[in-house]
Formats: sequence, structure tokens, C-alpha cells
Amino acid sequence: MTTNIEKTSSFEESGVTGLVADWSSDKQAFDMPWGKLMMWIFLLSDTFIFSLFLTSYMKVRMSVTDQWPPVSEIFALTIYGVHVPLLLIAIMTFILITSSGSMALAVNYGYRGDKKTTAILMFITAVLGASFVGLQAFEWSKLIFDEGIRPWGNPMGAAQFGSVFFMVTGFHGFHVTCGVIYLLVVAWKVARGDYEKKGYAIVEICGLYWHFVDLVWVFIFAFFYLW
Amino acid sequence: MQHVAIADQVDELHDPTSFITKYIWSQDHKVIAIQYGSTAIFVGLIALALSGLMRLQLGFPDTFDFIDPSSYLQFVTMHGMIMVVYLLTALLLGGFGNYMIPLMCGARDMVFPYLNMLSFWFYFVSVLILLASFFVPGGPTGAGWTLYPPQAILNGTPGYDWGIILMLVSLAVFVIAFTMGGLNYVTTVLQARTSGMTLMRMPLTVWAIFVATILGLLAFPALLVSAIMMLLDKLIGTSFFMPALVSLGENLDYTGGSPVLFQHLFWFFGHPEVYIVALPAFGMVSDVISVHARKNIFGYRMMVWAIVAIGALSFVVWAHHMYVSVMHPAFGFFFATTTLIIAVPTAIKVYNWVLTLWKGNIHLTVPMLFAIGFIFTFTHGGLTGLFLGNVTIDLPLSDTYFVVAHFHMVMGVSPVMVLFAAIYHWYPLMTGRMLDEGLGKLHFWVTFLGTYAIYLPMHYLGFLGVPRRYFAMGTTDFIPASAQDLNASITIAALIVGAAQMIFIYNVIVSLRHGKKAGKNPWRATSLEWQTPDVPPHHGNWGPELPKVYRWAYDYSVPGAKDDFIPQTQPVLEGEQSEEAEAMRK
Ligand code: HEM
Ligand SMILES: [Cu+2]
Repeated sequence: MTTNIEKTSSFEESGVTGLVADWSSDKQAFDMPWGKLMMWIFLLSDTFIFSLFLTSYMKVRMSVTDQWPPVSEIFALTIYGVHVPLLLIAIMTFILITSSGSMALAVNYGYRGDKKTTAILMFITAVLGASFVGLQAFEWSKLIFDEGIRPWGNPMGAAQFGSVFFMVTGFHGFHVTCGVIYLLVVAWKVARGDYEKKGYAIVEICGLYWHFVDLVWVFIFAFFYLW
Repeated sequence: MQHVAIADQVDELHDPTSFITKYIWSQDHKVIAIQYGSTAIFVGLIALALSGLMRLQLGFPDTFDFIDPSSYLQFVTMHGMIMVVYLLTALLLGGFGNYMIPLMCGARDMVFPYLNMLSFWFYFVSVLILLASFFVPGGPTGAGWTLYPPQAILNGTPGYDWGIILMLVSLAVFVIAFTMGGLNYVTTVLQARTSGMTLMRMPLTVWAIFVATILGLLAFPALLVSAIMMLLDKLIGTSFFMPALVSLGENLDYTGGSPVLFQHLFWFFGHPEVYIVALPAFGMVSDVISVHARKNIFGYRMMVWAIVAIGALSFVVWAHHMYVSVMHPAFGFFFATTTLIIAVPTAIKVYNWVLTLWKGNIHLTVPMLFAIGFIFTFTHGGLTGLFLGNVTIDLPLSDTYFVVAHFHMVMGVSPVMVLFAAIYHWYPLMTGRMLDEGLGKLHFWVTFLGTYAIYLPMHYLGFLGVPRRYFAMGTTDFIPASAQDLNASITIAALIVGAAQMIFIYNVIVSLRHGKKAGKNPWRATSLEWQTPDVPPHHGNWGPELPKVYRWAYDYSVPGAKDDFIPQTQPVLEGEQSEEAEAMRK
């Protein structure tokens, strides 16, 4: 009989039976704070936004009538007369991935309750993120002023190259910028000791967002710079 | 580990005291729901008025000078967009989703009340932006609610400048508002139910709103993305959707873009959107039918899975709106097949509603009348959908009045019927008073019969080949002159139906003060929202202690029970035959 009222899952079983127990329990379906689940769902929705941007990019790139500009030429830096393709992007990608590392450490220290180290690590993450945005601004200005690439056209070929490039990297850069602000706010509150009672789940929630933004970058990198 | 936050706190929430925190910047889900609802109904009335103007022109051409071809297009566009997005989506999810989810799940509020409040205010701003477009130079956009480029942003379409820009910005703000609300609804359903409330004990209303919200969170991104890209095309001259073209004798600067890309993005949003408004209606009508037929819903489990299946399938049918966009026949075949497959879970739901009525103790109350009306209109609209889902039948019918008739029956009138059912049903809970029954019945019969007087003839006009979105039919060989008489009669019916809605508005306003006192649980319903200590529920909903749930929401007419309903909060008796256990075995 299904008459007993307590159907709360212990969230301890694993595998299929565990899944069934969690989903058929009362109160909650996941063993996580509300904010964390909400962040997961938000990221799922955001994934759709980025996927649609990237799919549109593919469609546009396949159906334009003009020649697509020579990407490896455009994204090269000339240093002391040496022409190095993808150098700037490699540095930016490296910075962003490093920041994921420091973020992961911050989460770890957060759960240990070490608020000083956590705040410092989050601050480092934010600084890395900000330098990513700075380099992106540098890249944009190089494309705009040196190469003459505009969202509505460029001297090298299909106008859509500039359109999608600025739109998608701009949208991603906007995410990174928001992330930096979010990180700074939370880092500051961590340092102030706001979460000593409530627990440090917020650091992990921040981390989810940050890793997501990183992951998206990997796709953008592959689709724009390597294709 | 249990995570405690507002919805779970043991101590009662204290009512906010000042007028402003109570009614304006309120974080109470019930107040937010009413705010959403009344704003939505307000813009809905504007959309209704616009449809009246369109009908005047169609029924009596050359009589009303103030309607010219351009303003006709603007009316069509604003009417369609307001009805679909700003009325139905907002009222069903922002209004009923907000009101019902916490009450039916046994939570004190949404999990993040502050975000919930922001959601309403963003929605409000999006409405203001939308309405502002009536007052800008050139007026609102006349591109049709589908906003297809290239024409949407080109000279020659009314409102191609300010109008379309404001429309796109407003939609983007709406998406943000929806996301803030939607994240709350989903998280509340998953994480903030009371003890004993398992997912499979939730009323179908909650299930349907839950799935519809997930659809929204995954489909609205497509609208956002296409709005951003079209804004860029319009404002800074990119060519995402714009091919090279000559407009009014002038070579434009656009080159190489793809209008069909927009159509894909739009319908990847647009089709799930149909279910975003249909699913909540399905859920609420199931509960209304069950309560007023004093019978458990037939096939509860099947109903849940049908909702989930419809939701999933709705993401793989979008191109059935694009059969005339020169698609590869193989794709046409694919999308026709998936479209017809969706009919299966949908038909299951219709059968289950009818089987719930079968041998029920049917009370023909106003909510029940509207619910039964819905079964009719929805079945009719659904059947013509099967026609249009087939490529070869759609080709000649596309963009004719047959399509107008189809979508009005299935996603216009049907959800509206359920909204009326729901308002008549839950008004006593929200206000503590009943709506007037006589006026309600009058409202129902005029609306229901009027609907048929309006839309049945439109199917026929569609067969004749009368095109949609036309200011006037003109003279053609294939449309007989008598079609005009039909148009005039449709207009008269539409005006009567429009006027009948004023009865409803009057009823809602007057009953606030003068309605019969409802008391607790006037419909003798089982689900949690009727078991609150106060009617209407106070801030925090449940008084000092959260309710405990012992059974599903459908224990009506249980053999051997004292009453013909057993509330969810009543413990299971020794030796009671559990209908729930029975339903779960099936
Ligand atoms: C009394 C109620 C209503 C009347 C008389 C009415 C009338 C009309 C008329 C005359 C048109 C324009 C047809 C054309 O020229 O192509 C139209 C279009 C439309 N209506 Fe309604 N309507 C009503 C309710 C609704 C509702 C409740 C919805 C909600 C979904 C709705 C959604 C639409 C849409 C999406 C369009 C298409 C707009 C476009 O072509 O861009 N209507 N309606
Ligand atoms: Cu569709």
C-alpha cells in the first residue's frame, strides 16, 4: 500500500534504484540547494542560446556567396617580424582554462570553510577573467582598426565573417564580464564572512557558471579559429 | 540532507505591512500572480479590440476610412503577438503558474521570491515597450506575428523602423522575464514540495505547467537569438537574414544572408510555444473536469506521460510551418511524420477527458461548461491540424483562412476556454467570493456558440482560397461574391463575442465586493490549494505548519467514504481501498 507519508529519499543509493528512489520521493528530487539546481537549469537554457548562435553561424558560413576570409591569416600576430598564427588566442584560452583551475580550488577551500584562501582564489579567478576580456578588447581593436573588419563588411571576403564573429565573441565576452562581477561580489561576501552560517554552496554555484563559460569558449575557439 | 529556505521555514512568514510592499513590490507569489494576470488581461483586451477592428474592415469593406491597408497589417501583427505571447503565455505561466505551483505543492512561496518579483516587473516593462510602439513615428510593425525578414525591416512594411525595433526589444525583455520566473517554477516543483507530496501525487495542473516551463526555457532562447540577429540587421547593417535585394528600385547594401534561417529559428521557438500555452491548459482542464465530475481523472499516469511526451516531441516538428519555404521533400516527410506522431499522446488526453466524464456525477457549473467547451473546440482544431500536417494538403491551404481557423480553434479559443474555466474555478480561492453563476452561463453560451459562428465559416473561406492577412479580398475568379456575406456574418458574430467578454469583466469586478461568499472549498475539491487555513490564503500560505500529504489529488467518490471527496491532507484509513494505488498499477 502507498499509505505511508514519509517517502523522503536518503540520496544515498546509487545507480538506477537510487535514481528511482530520488525521483519518487517527496520534498525534493535532487540532493542540492535550490540555488545550485537553479543554476544548472539556467545553464541548460543558456546552452540552447549558444548552440543556436553556433548553429546559425554554421548555416551562415555554409550559405554565403562570397569567399570566407582567410581565418588563419586574420588571427595571426606578428611579433618581431615573425608571423605566429593563433598566438593571441592561445594565450587567451590558456588564461581562461587556468582560471577554471583556480575556481575549482576556490570551491574546494570554500567547503573546508577557509574563507581567506577562498576569497583570494576567487579574486585571482576574477583577475584572470578580466584579463581575458582585456585581451579580447585588444583583439577586437586589432581586427577593427588594423584589418578593417566591421560587423557589416570587411575587405577580405564575406561580410558575415565580421557579423558572427563580433556577435558571438561579444556575447561570450559579456558572459565573462558578468562572471567577473559575480565572482567579485561573492568573493567580497565570502571574505566578510557572510556564508559562515549558510555554508559555502554559493562558491560552487559561482564555479558552475564559470566553468560553463569556459566550456563554451572551447567550442567558440574550435568553430571560429580552427575551422 | 535537507536544505532549508523560505518555502520550508517552520515559522510563519510575517505579512509585509506597508501598502507598497504588500501590493506593488510584493514578493508573495499570489500577489505576483494577480499582477501578472491583470496586466495580461489588460493587454489581451487591447488585442481583442484590434481583432474587432480587423473584422469590421473584413466584414464591411470601404465603410471605415480610418482602417487602411497599412493599419490593417499592424492590427494583425499586434493582435497575434499580444494574444500568443503577452496574454496567453503570461497569464498561464506567470499568472496561474505562480498562483498554483506553491499552493498545490504545499510550499510557502516560490524558492526565490525576489527573482519572482523581478520577473513580473520585467514583463511589465516589456508590455510598456510593446505598447509604446503604437505611439512612435510609423506606428507598430506590420510584419505579421511571425516577423519574417526581409520584409519586416524594409521600407514598404508599416512600422519597418521604430515599430519593429520596439517589438524585438520588447520580446527580448519578455524572454528575460520569462526566464526569471521559469527558473523559479521548475526549481520549486523539483525541490520545495511538502512531506508526502511526491511527483506522482502532484495535480496535473502542476505537471503541465512544469513541463511547459521547461519547454519555455529551452524554446525562448531561439526567439532571443533571432531577435538579436534581426536587431543587428536592422540597426548596424549586418546581413544575417538579408539576401542581396532591390527594394523600391534601389539596390540595398545587404548581401548573402538567409531568410530561411530566421524561419527555422522562429519556428524552433514558435512550435514549442504552441505547447507552452496548450499544456497548462491541458493540465488545468484535467483538474477542473475531475472536480466537477466528482471522479478521479482517467489514467493519471498516462496523462503525465502524455504531457512529457508531447513536450519532448514538440521540439522536432517545427518545420511543418515551413512546407511552402522550398524544403527538401525528405525533410517534409520527416516533419510530417513527427507531426502526426504528436497526435497520438494528444488523442490519449482527449480520450481520457471524455472517459473521466463517462458515468461521472457531472455538475454543469460554469467551470465545467467551459471545460466541456474546450474538449469540443480543441478536438475540432486538432483534427484540422492533422490535415495541415500533411505536406500535400498544406501546400494549397497554407496562408489561407483555413489556417486562421485551425490555429484559432486549437491555440486561440481552446486555451482561452480553459482560462475561463480556471478563473471561474479558482476565483473563490483568490478572492473569497463566487462569480455570478447566471452571468457566467450567459458568458459561456455566447462565447462557445459565437466561436463556432466565427471559425467554422472560416474553414470554408479557406477552401475557397481566401488568403490570410489580406486587407480586402478584391475581385478574383475563384472567390464567389457570396463569400462577402459570410465575412459580414463572421464579423457580426465576432463583435457579439467581443461584447460578451465585457460581461465577464463586469462579473469579475463586481463580484470582488458583491459576490456570494465562497467559504472554504466551495467545490469540495481534494487538492492542497483548497486546504489552506485561510481563504484567500495569507502570505506564507499555510499558517504555522506545512500541510502533510497522504494521498493523490483525485480521491473523488471513493466507495465507502463519508464524503464524495477526500482531501490530500487526510490520512489513509485502516482498510481503505486506495484508488491511487489502483491507478498506479495500471
Ligand atoms: C474573438 C476572438 C478573436 C477574433 C475575432 C480574432 C480575429 C482575428 C483576425 C481577423 C485575424 C487576422 C486574419 C488575417 O487577416 O489574416 C487574426 C489573426 C491572428 N489571431 Fe486572432 N482573433 C481572436 C482571438 C485570438 C486568440 C485568443 C488568439 C491566441 C492565440 C489569436 C491569435 C491570432 C494569431 C496568432 C493571428 C495571426 C496573426 C498574423 O497573421 O500575424 N486570436 N485573428
Ligand atoms: Cu507547429
